[in-house]
Amino acid sequence: MKYMSEYRDPELAKQYLQEIKNTVTQPWSIMEVCGGQTHSLVKNGIIEMLPKEVTMIHGPGCPVCVTPLRLIDKAIHIALKENVILCSFGDMLRVPGSEINLLEAKAKGGDVRILYSPLEAVKIAEDNPDKEVVFFAVGFETTAPANALSVIHAHRRGLKNYSILVSHVLVPPAIKAVINDEESKIDGFLAAGHVCTIMGNSEYYPLSKDYNVPIVVTGFEPLDVLQGILMVLRQLEHNKAQVENQYARIVREEGNPNAQEMIYEVFKIQNQVWRGIGEIPESGYGIKQKYADYDATKKFNINIEEAPENPDCISGQIMKGIKKPFECPQFGKKCKPTNPLGAPMVSSEGACAAYYHFSGLVEA
Amino acid sequence: MCLAVPGKIKSIEHLYDGKVRMAKISFGGIIKEASLEMLPDADVDNYVLVHVGVAISKVDEEEAQKTFKYLEEIGELGELEDVHDYLPKKDE
Repeated sequence: MKYMSEYRDPELAKQYLQEIKNTVTQPWSIMEVCGGQTHSLVKNGIIEMLPKEVTMIHGPGCPVCVTPLRLIDKAIHIALKENVILCSFGDMLRVPGSEINLLEAKAKGGDVRILYSPLEAVKIAEDNPDKEVVFFAVGFETTAPANALSVIHAHRRGLKNYSILVSHVLVPPAIKAVINDEESKIDGFLAAGHVCTIMGNSEYYPLSKDYNVPIVVTGFEPLDVLQGILMVLRQLEHNKAQVENQYARIVREEGNPNAQEMIYEVFKIQNQVWRGIGEIPESGYGIKQKYADYDATKKFNINIEEAPENPDCISGQIMKGIKKPFECPQFGKKCKPTNPLGAPMVSSEGACAAYYHFSGLVEA
Repeated sequence: MCLAVPGKIKSIEHLYDGKVRMAKISFGGIIKEASLEMLPDADVDNYVLVHVGVAISKVDEEEAQKTFKYLEEIGELGELEDVHDYLPKKDE
């Protein structure tokens, strides 16, 4: 496919790897924030091919992984109600709640549906006026415009039976939290290309300056990731800390203003709990009062207590980049994609699942 | 989750009294629908990046070539830097 397959050229990848080897003179740790980049790094074997001086640290950029346990329990609770259709992206269904997951809620008779787009959920609401349709809207800034648009579409069509259960997280506050964590030592960042497609690059200049770290906005194909790593290394080796854009074929400096307008029409910034990490100030979106009728937490007004996490799961340390998946005693043993103890073993973007499937560390 | 794929716009239609622009987009021959509400300038034959049923960016064809030329470019710059190392400094 055009604009994808050319960025997988093995010859040029070799040249990039050679240039990375030529550039590095000392050890560096680079965090790729986005789970999509983690997936690309592990799946394509890039981690093993990098020189030993370069350590890739996998960041918290997996929305499924950081959605709070309490909210998953809430979604399950809603899904099991009469006359409700609960829809979400496929990855959400197998994430363990405190007792069951959404897929098991479906097996118990809940009408749970996997959708490709929140706009499809609005169509389902239109076609089923006697049912309440709830979209479990998770994601980073990339997905926020689509989730906001679903609310705008429902509002425009006068639908009263549509609402969203929101768990939206934001990248820049998470980068800040990761840098400020005493245990983490990160020299440079690959910023998430599709998040910046929406929001632009402006939020990253103060981060790079204040914390003196290179930040390179990076794409997802193997050549993108290799070029992003090389750009960070060149800055580090030359003692620079700037924001650069590797992914300029997609990311405009100002992002997509129409998409930002859509987000701020429906959402407001608020404090947000990240599963495994804790609360990060001003790191998520909630629904504005104007659209309160579309807020599933208000509509269903259910009180669910915070349940304890599985004590065997070290997902918080994995997502802050403090530990690698294979350093967890449960990895590939008690915890597998078929029986995940925590969310990073579920999503294809979760670091644990990526290592399980592609690293060759687990016998198939 | 943030997976987004580039595809080519084949056709555009206007729904809901012209308020919503929807496109049929080809991803290597597979056609799917996506909203163009966030890309008012996008037109037929443009390549756009689509995420969960919404087109979020137009591909910049010129920028798209830069990844293939980057190594050459930094090679040339590197050579220039090397040359300067051997040249006498201005005040020498």
